[in-house]
Amino acid sequence: MTLLTIVRQPWPWYVAGPIIGLIVPALLLVGNKSFGISSNLRHICAAALPGRVRFFQYDWRDAGGWNLAFALGIGIGAALAMRWLVGSDSIAIAPSTRASLAALGIRDFSGLAPHELFTWHALATWRGALLLVGGGFLVGFGTAYAGGCTSGHAIAGLADLQLPSLVAVVGFFAGGLLTTWIILPKLLGGW
Amino acid sequence: MSVRTLRGLLAYLGLGIVFGVVLIKSQVVSWFRIYEMFRFQAFHMYGVMGTAVLTAAISLYLIRRFALHAASGEPIVVAPKVLGRGTRYWLGGTLFGLGWGLVGACPGPLFALIGAGMSVIIVVLLAAVAGTWVYGAVRPSLPH
Repeated sequence: MTLLTIVRQPWPWYVAGPIIGLIVPALLLVGNKSFGISSNLRHICAAALPGRVRFFQYDWRDAGGWNLAFALGIGIGAALAMRWLVGSDSIAIAPSTRASLAALGIRDFSGLAPHELFTWHALATWRGALLLVGGGFLVGFGTAYAGGCTSGHAIAGLADLQLPSLVAVVGFFAGGLLTTWIILPKLLGGW
Repeated sequence: MSVRTLRGLLAYLGLGIVFGVVLIKSQVVSWFRIYEMFRFQAFHMYGVMGTAVLTAAISLYLIRRFALHAASGEPIVVAPKVLGRGTRYWLGGTLFGLGWGLVGACPGPLFALIGAGMSVIIVVLLAAVAGTWVYGAVRPSLPH
């Protein structure tokens, strides 16, 4: 087995986790920057349509230029990985997960996300629109309100033993459990 | 833009590329993985997050222990977050979680999924930007 065939297989958690964790000190060592992606949503607002909102009145180039470059890198890295580093494998989720999704009408497990929900065609249905637009809006509103997302609070914040981050992460999970166990079955399975 | 600024931006771009590759290769950008995590049906996501936190925590300890400086010359300082009444953390966190469960992606993976070719995620990202904008607008009247 060559190195490339090994790299092309899905990476186990004990490989991926430590690499993600090392990005925290890498950003600090390069330029004393704190790992956190969601600030980019604020920088995009500040750059594109600050209006008269005080929250967006700051020098986004100075404060967020580095982070926007980082986010652009994420997109490029993902594109490179999809092009050269992905084998033919689909997402190997647990059989029990497949069963519970099949009960909700989701049967296509070939992509990164269900084809039934994540296409332009699905966006034209009320269910798809509610999921994609409503979900996206909540992510953006919630992360700005909480002052961070999974990267800033769940990884960088918890690693720094910050109590506010722990509170936020408990909130992330409470919301996610509510959606997965109550809202999704209603949204997908019918009222 | 000075050469130094440009070189700095390239370093962040490079780290972003590493992060993007790992997000795809570990499948944590997958809606299926997030759903599986919230159903407690696999260890994968917990393993990724747990080892990421552990690695970052050890790194932060070493950075402080040896009082390391950034390549830019300044001392490394991680600003502590202030809990206050904590409303913004539990309430904002819960609203974020509701959306996370729906779209199966937090902000980092949104950029990754667009790069991976899922064009409809552009709509999700725009909705997230709108959500952040609305927060900014109503911020003065929200409890924090």
